[in-house]
Parts: sequence; structure tokens; C-alpha cells
Amino acid sequence: MASARGKTGDASNEVYLLEAKNITKKFGEFTANDNVSIALKAGEIHALLGENGAGKSTLVKMMYGSLQPTSGTLFWNGEQVEINNPSMARDLGIGMVFQHFSLFESLNVVENIILAIPEEDDIAALAVKIEKVSAQYGLPLEPYAVVADLSVGERQRIEIVRCLLQEPRLLIMDEPTAVLTPQEAEQLFITLRKLTAEGVAILYISHRLEEVRKLCHDATILRRGIVVDNVDPQQETAQSLAQLMVGEAIHKIEARSAKKLGKTLLKTQNLNLKSGLQFGVDLIDINLDVRAGEVLAIAGIAGNGQSELFDALSGETRVSKKSTIQLNGVDCGTRGIRFRRKCEAAFAPEERLGHGAVPSFKLSENVILTRHDSDDDLVRYGFMDGKLMKAIAARITKKRDVRVSKTDPEAESLSGGNLQKFIVGRELDRAPKVLIVNQPTWGVDAGAAAMIRQALINCAGRNAAVLVISQDLDEIFELADRIAVISRGQLSKSFAVEDMTFEKVGLLMAGAHEKALPADNDAADNDAADVEVEDNGAPV
Amino acid sequence: MKIILEKRAQQSKIMAYASPVLAIGLTVILGGIIFALAGYDPQTALYYYFVEPLTNFWSIEEVIVKATPLILIGAGLAICFSANIWNIGAEGQLTMGALVGSFIPVMFTDWQSPLVLLLMLVMGAMGGAAWAGLVAFLKNKFNVNEILTSLMLVYVAQYILDWFVRGPWRDPNGYNFPKSVSFEGWQLLPTYGDGRMHIGALIALIVVVLLTIMMTRSLKGFEIRAIGNSRRAGAFAGFSYKGMTWFCFLLSGALAGLAGIMEVAGPAGQLLPSISPGYGFTAIIVAFLGRLNPMGVLLAGILLAISYLGGDGAQMELGVSVKTAQVFQGMLLFLILTFDTLIRYKVKIIRSQTAEGELT
Amino acid sequence: MTGFEAAVLTIITASTPLLMAAIGELVVERSGVLNLGVEGMMVMGAVCGFLASYYTGSLILGILASMMAGVLMSLLFGLLTQTFVTNQMATGLALTILCLGLSGLIGEPLTGEPGLKLSAISIPYLTDIPYVGKILFGQDILVYVSIALVFAVQYMLFKSRMGLIIRAVGDSHSSAHALGYSVIKVRYYCIMFGGACAGLAGGYLSLVYTPQWIEDMTAGRGWIALALVVFATWMPRRILLGAYLFGTVWIMGLYVQGAGIAIPSQVLSALPYVVTIVALVIISRNATLTKLNTPTCLGQSFVPDR
Repeated sequence: MASARGKTGDASNEVYLLEAKNITKKFGEFTANDNVSIALKAGEIHALLGENGAGKSTLVKMMYGSLQPTSGTLFWNGEQVEINNPSMARDLGIGMVFQHFSLFESLNVVENIILAIPEEDDIAALAVKIEKVSAQYGLPLEPYAVVADLSVGERQRIEIVRCLLQEPRLLIMDEPTAVLTPQEAEQLFITLRKLTAEGVAILYISHRLEEVRKLCHDATILRRGIVVDNVDPQQETAQSLAQLMVGEAIHKIEARSAKKLGKTLLKTQNLNLKSGLQFGVDLIDINLDVRAGEVLAIAGIAGNGQSELFDALSGETRVSKKSTIQLNGVDCGTRGIRFRRKCEAAFAPEERLGHGAVPSFKLSENVILTRHDSDDDLVRYGFMDGKLMKAIAARITKKRDVRVSKTDPEAESLSGGNLQKFIVGRELDRAPKVLIVNQPTWGVDAGAAAMIRQALINCAGRNAAVLVISQDLDEIFELADRIAVISRGQLSKSFAVEDMTFEKVGLLMAGAHEKALPADNDAADNDAADVEVEDNGAPV
Repeated sequence: MKIILEKRAQQSKIMAYASPVLAIGLTVILGGIIFALAGYDPQTALYYYFVEPLTNFWSIEEVIVKATPLILIGAGLAICFSANIWNIGAEGQLTMGALVGSFIPVMFTDWQSPLVLLLMLVMGAMGGAAWAGLVAFLKNKFNVNEILTSLMLVYVAQYILDWFVRGPWRDPNGYNFPKSVSFEGWQLLPTYGDGRMHIGALIALIVVVLLTIMMTRSLKGFEIRAIGNSRRAGAFAGFSYKGMTWFCFLLSGALAGLAGIMEVAGPAGQLLPSISPGYGFTAIIVAFLGRLNPMGVLLAGILLAISYLGGDGAQMELGVSVKTAQVFQGMLLFLILTFDTLIRYKVKIIRSQTAEGELT
Repeated sequence: MTGFEAAVLTIITASTPLLMAAIGELVVERSGVLNLGVEGMMVMGAVCGFLASYYTGSLILGILASMMAGVLMSLLFGLLTQTFVTNQMATGLALTILCLGLSGLIGEPLTGEPGLKLSAISIPYLTDIPYVGKILFGQDILVYVSIALVFAVQYMLFKSRMGLIIRAVGDSHSSAHALGYSVIKVRYYCIMFGGACAGLAGGYLSLVYTPQWIEDMTAGRGWIALALVVFATWMPRRILLGAYLFGTVWIMGLYVQGAGIAIPSQVLSALPYVVTIVALVIISRNATLTKLNTPTCLGQSFVPDR
């Protein structure tokens, strides 16, 4: 495994490329990193594992100079260094690919890259360099394209090329594959292996444990800000790695025993919708149906029309024809979200703070937010029933095990997982006939995620129609009875979960089902399994 | 040395109440310093500003007269700002209220009936609401920024009023002065005794109580706060932003219009080219100082009315410019905004050498 | 001098303060900050410029003082919105209210007094060219400065690294922060530049346009400058077009009255404000046009994690 390394020294007194010793970082009273130590070797891919909120991002931000440790020291090639800001990190040879990209939508690719290279001033010369580097590593980029027009995968390539142009000796990658199809991810791994062969060290954050096992030489595991273990991932199983991250046996989701499907409760017919947003995605000819008692999961890479679809289904954006969307047997394409809730449909959006809940409102007030006219007693003659609000909030908090620091706290004071439990719980509390959830466990810790997924399955078990939109393939396969895939605003046919594999979903995510517009025939997208790899241009 | 903000885990309840008090306190201190620099005895000057107006019945009455429009307009603006909708043209809505409300007494000078007064108030409110509704219409229909249009319409309204009082509505027996006929009998608001304090104060009080109930107990109030805090979450709740824009502008416009006609039918007694010493703008300060809360607006309106009156008093007694009051008001708004930051953040002053990105 | 020449000259003087204030605010907004205090900074520039030139007898000191006043007021705005992350809209309003009061207070003793006037330049022969000589070569120096400023800002924003950084900060402050740029510092500089421009615009009013101090003499020009930035969809050269268009409207009133056409003077006085609203409607109704160049972070506060 060490073959890629340029120089192999005596392991005992080897000089590490970057070593962090006893790093502690506090935000106010909260300790994000507690006495963390980690050592990275040149030519190795080192995994940094941990749950959401375990302190991974905080740690790498300190390595990149975005944050300063409260105490502890960093060593670069054995010498103590203080990295006060990102430009110092870049001068040392540290590059970083952010999870939430640090790109500028209104600027073009070269401008985005030049902003990270202070010494470069010639746009044209840089464009040439970009083309060269991107060809060298198999990361094609059009230098003068404006970022807003690019796909998520292309955006990530900008980030990577931006780092590579600075010839880094350490590359930090925060969840790089979260936004890629499985095929695109494979392509990325080739690039990464090429880099390590050149002696670059890579610090790799991911929660996809299978890929960590395949790719990484070493793994450090963080839990609640503390390093709990340091293992060779190739000697571990995904299960054992997960156990180390979570620290307890993971709650296994129970499937429903018998599945009896009822009548169709959610249906769209040729849903077409032009996006009102500048960089939004248009929805094209979306047809889907969900029957009582089943879970339909829609997979897809972020930014392919999922939020537009959610908004169209919830009624936050309306369509011109009533029959385009049917909820619980009622045509309601032209009706708003209040009417749709009265049809016993319930919705939980992706963004928890500022969409699913008002951040500064108490939980009891957030109960009113979605239930002010579907629960008859909550509002009478235009006045709210304060006692009932609080009682419902308390009921949800208890039933869904929402951890709160005081009675009826503000939504913004809850952790992501707890707030999501509350929001999903708030909708389930109504016992809806139709439940539509977008990214149910995005950024949620494993315990809460398992609980939410179980609750969704149980909801279908009570004969509701459940639609889950998610970019997490593990989640999709855990929950779904049927799977469909959305890409560039087009939805594939749905397939029974038994007939699907990661690879097949990956092809669809890359757009294998998309019709060449205008559509000529429907026969082409009959079955995803028939689709040839050559047909889709996206994976590079 | 650097000032650094650290987000509080929860909003500070203490600061929410302390912030206006601190802002007022600091304004008074800074005011004293300004007076001292200008060569006045700070203690005496501040006395005339903030205490003197409360020492006799006549001036208390006058405080209430001045507080009435400030409270009415401020309460309406507080609702707008709570919904994150920016009506800063209340001065224009006040002007249009005064103009439209004066239609009957100017055109039917001899008509005397309680109905006249009622109609005047209703028409005044409608005039203000219509002027504000124009802003809402432009925002909803053409997506035009409401800050700029509402402000531009202030100037337009003032020129319209100016034209009326110098042109068709000028008092034929008024020696060519730009003013309408003097209102009489039922064209004037009933006053307390022979003083200037009129029934408008009572109306303002009722409005404050009603709006307080609306904001705290009703779904409408919830809707306002939800949209104001997060427009997206408001849409998720099914609340219409366009509807809210209409509601806020019509309500605040109507209240400003009401304040306008009550100035005409109250202290002024006739339509003049200028009927407000900037109440519509001062009400913005009142709304913020009152924590965007109708009850708070009541207190803030009284405080600013005192400063108006104190400004007049200090000018007469000491020769201090009346403009000083306006400077105090601006300073007060600045300080309250600053102290409001402390509700959400802790401020830390750090002495450190760590260079911030030198790329700039 | 023909009537036409005279008309063009007055239009140019009426347009110049709008141009100056708007180009400054454009840079501020490009960095993601909305400063509604333009009117206030302008009026402070007007009074300070007037006072300085009145007491020192120097026009240069007057101009410098007007710019300094604008910068100082803008720093107050910066301190609140950037360091104390106050609401930008409320703070801008507060700035205007404060400045209107403050300028009235310090200018009170000299209200209406005649002051120094910055005169037009004169280049032998060139200025005497018929029809165009006076217009092209016979303006006061600040007119040329204001036009040069537009092209300088155009170049700075789109051809220089500094401009790229400003646009980047206005597009995504969190990305700019992640790359190591000091968002707050960049914004402070832009705010100060906007303050200097607004102050200069005010100084132009009290030193050139009507060389005296009158209370509230900006008469809403600061607000119109704000509207101009929207009208120009954040593109510097369009500011030039817009400012001269508004200047024309402003002056047209005088000429219509002079020509003896029976329109109430109030209608003509209200015209610039009505035209502003109409212009905003025309631009804003086309959402794609406005959204294209609107800085994404406009009006949003930025607080970095520590």
C-alpha cells in the first residue's frame, strides 16, 4: 500500500507532512474539538470520520487557517507553524475543497480560480493553465463559463482545479462525493490516486464508509470532538467503522411486515413548471403516483429540480391546471398549500430553519405554522389557542424524543437532528394521508436519522402514501418500495427497489432517462437497465 | 484591537428590555456633552428638554397632542417593519390623509353634523391608505422596491397639497395666504375643555390596544411575525406575501392618514401647506424605539413628543436651535440599533496580533 | 451663448451631483451593502463643504471638507452595519435622519448667506468653438471628474483584481471569507468610497449648483441616486445615462415655465420624483433584467465564525 509513496522512512521517527497535536477549539462554551491529534503522511489518503457535529469541519478549517485553535499546535514537515489565514495555508501548500463550495455564482471559472491565486494577474494565461491541468487530471472545464450555469459536479471540478493549480502538498476534501453520481465518484478516485502517486497527501472527509474502505490508507475517527480511534480502514468493515463513529449499536430499521397497497393518493400528470428563480431548474413532464401504504423515493444529485418539485407538490408554487396534481383524490394543482393540507397532505421541506420552521419562534408557535387551519381547534375566530399550541408541541417533543434544554425552546436553539425530529413529528402528529418529505435526514446525526426513517416507514405502514426526495442513496434503498430518479428537472420511471442497484441509479442520476428535448418518443426510457453507459455523457 | 461578535445561544431577554433604556440613557449623556461643547450648561439644557415639558398641565397636554400622531403612525409602521416591509413614506400618507379628509369641510363649508367629523376621519384614513396602497400595488405588480417609491411619493404628496392650498382650496377671504377656510363646529375634533388636547389621543390609545391584541393573540399577528422573520417559512405556512404587503401598507397608510386629518381637524383647524413637522419620519424612530411593539410605541411616542416640545422650550429659554431635537432623535435611533445587536450577540473586544486576511 | 447651450449646461450641472452620488453607491452595493443614507451623507457634504469654503475662502478645502464629511458619516454607517451587524435598511434611514438634523444645526447661522462658487474652466480657443465649445471644454472641473469617475469605476470593477474582489464579496460573502478575504474590510472600504462620493455630490450642490447653504437642500437627490443604481442595473456606464436623463427632467421644469406654458409649478417640481417612480417600474417589471446583476448578498449582514 505504500508503493505510491516517494520516500518511505523509518516509521518510528518519520516526519509527517502535517501533524496536529492536542488541538482544542471552543466556540463560546461549546467545545468543538477537544485535545485532537492527527498526523498525515505524504502520498497517503487519510480519512477523517465522524458524525455530523463531531467536529470534522472545525478541525480542517483550523488546518486551512479559516479558524484558529483555542489551544494546541500544528506542525508542517516537523516545524511548528501558525496558520493565521487561508492564504498562509496556501503558501505552505495546503489546498481545500469545501463541502459547501466556496464559489461565486455570477463570476466565470477563471475569475473564480484567480481569486484564490493572488500572484496570478493574467486571465488569459491562467485560462491556458486551467485547460492544461484539467486535461492532465481528467477534470474538463470551460474557463469562461459562468458558474451559475454549471452542474454541481462541474462546480466541484472548479474547486479541485483551483487547488491543483497551486500545486498543493496536502489536499483537504470535505464530503467530495456527496454531490456526485457513483460513476463520477469513481472518476474522482482515479484523480485522487494519481495525486497520491505524485506524493500529495489527502485528508478525506466522508460518511460513505464503503468508499473510505476502498480508497483510504488510514482513518481517524472523531466523536463529539474527541479522537476515539485511529484504524486502518482496509482492515475494517463498513459496519465496524459506523459503530466507531456512533459509539453504540446502530438502530436497525424494521421493515413493515405485510404490505397491502391501497388506492393512489398522490399523483401528478405531466407536471411542467418553469422555474421562477434565476438559477432554478424547470420541471419537465413529471409523472408520478404513490399508493396508500407505499414509499416512493426520488433519488438525484442536489440541484436537479428536487426543491422545485417539492414546492410544486406542496403548493408553494402553483401550476395552471387543476388536475396536474392530485392529493388524496382531490385535484389541487391550482390550489395553495393551505388547501392541500386540508386534503390531509403534509409536507416537510429540506431547509429546516427558515422554511420548515421560523428560527426565532418557539416550538409551540412553529406548530401553528403548518397547522393553523388544518387543526380546527388551534385557531378560533382568528385567535390562537395558546394552551393547545403548547400541549401539541409537548406531545410531539415527547413522542419523537426531541431533546430540548427547556420547555418550549426557540427552533434555532435545537440541533439539526432534534429540529428535524420535531418537524417530521409535527406533520406525522396529524396522521396525514399523504406525506412528502425532501431530504429527511440531511445533516442529521445517525441516531436521529434512524428514528426519522423508521417513522416514515411506519407512516406508510399506517396506509399513508409517502414520497421521499433524497440524495442519500443508502437512505433511498433503506426506505423505498419504488425508486425513481430526477435529473435536470426530468423524472425517470419508477422501479421496484428489488430491481435496482447503486449502479443503475447512478446512470439515471447522470441523466440516462432524459429525453432529448423536444421529446420524440416514450419508448426510449422504458427500462433503466437497458441503457448503455455510452449513452450518458455526464460521467467523465 | 478588534471588536468581535459572538452569537448568543439564545436571545437575551434582559437586553431586549434594557436596550431602549440604555439607548435613551446614552443619548442623554451625549446630548449633555454636545450642550457643554456648545457652551450651554448641560444640566439646564437637559432639564428644558426632558423635564420641563412635564412640569405643568399646559405642556403635558401639548405632549399628548404631539404624541398622538407619532403613536398612530408609529404603531402602523411597527406592524410593517415586523413583517419586514419598509414603508418609509408615512409623511406622504399623512399629507394625503389631511388633504382627502379636508374635502368635506372645504367644499361644504356650511354642513354641520356629527356625520361630517366621522366622514372626515374615514376619508382621511382612506386617503392615506390609498396613497400607501399605490406603493403596495407597484411592489406587487411590478416588483418595485417599496422604500424608494414610498419616499418619492412623500414629495409628490407635498406638492399636491401645496397646489390645493395655494390654488382651488385657498380661503377666498384669506388675504391670499396659502391656507383653506378655518374649520368650525363639527368640522373640528372635540377637545378636552378649552385646551388643544383632542379626542385623537383616545383614538390612538384604542388603536394601540387593538393592535397589541392583534399582534399577540391573533393569527394575523402570527402571520405578520412569521413573514417578517422568514418569508420562506411564511409561504410554507400558506401566508401570502403579496397579501401581507397590501395589508401592511393599507393599515399603516390608513393610520398615517388618520393622523393627518386629525392634525388638520385638531391643532391646525384648517388645511395649511405644511401640516406636520416630520411626524411621518420621526414615527420610524418611534417604531424602533418601541421595539416594533404597539405598547412600546405608546411609550416611545410620548418620549419623542417630549423631545419635540423640549426642543421648542430650550430654544425659547436658552436659544438652543430646534434642530438639536432632530439630532437627538437621529442619535437615539442609531444607539437603539446598536444596542439591539446585544440581544443576539455578545460583544468582545480582542487585543490580538493575528492578521486578518491580508489579501485585501 | 445660445439658449440651447445654456440649457445643456444647466442640465449637466443638475446631473452631476446625481451621477457622483449614484456611482459611489453602486460600488457600495456591488460589495453587497445597501446604504440608504446617501441623502444624509450628501446633505452633510453640502453643509460642510459650504462652511469650510466660507470660513477659509478656499474652494479646494471646501471640496475636501465635503468629501471628509461624507466619509465620516459613512464610517458611522459602517461601524453599525459591519461591526455591530445592525439592519442595513434601518441604519441607512437613521443615518439620513441624523444627518438632516445635524446639517440643519451646524448650518443654521449661515443659512442663505452667499458663498464661493466654483467657476467653469476656460481653455482659450477650444471653449470658444461655437455650439460645442462651452459644453465640451467650458464646464467646471468637477463635471469632468464625475465623468472620469464613471469610467474609472467601470475599469476598476471589471478589469482589476480589486474590482473582482468587490464583486466576489457582493456575490457570496461566505465564499470570499472561506478563501481568506476579509469581507468586512472590503465592505468598509467600499462604504467609505460611497461616502466620499455622496459627500462630494453634496458639496457640488452648495459650491456649484446653488452656491449657498439652504436647509435640506439635497431635496431627495440622494434617494434618486439610490433609484439610479437600480435603474442602471448595477452597471456603471448606465449610471451616466440615467443621471443625465434625470438631470434633464429636473431642468425641463424650469424651461417649460420659462416658455410660459400654463402648468402649475407644483406639477413640474414633482416631476423628477414621478419620473423616478416610472423609471423604477419600467426596470423592475422585467425581473430577469434586474436580477442578472443584483449582487446576491445585497443588504445581508456577515458575521464570520470564530
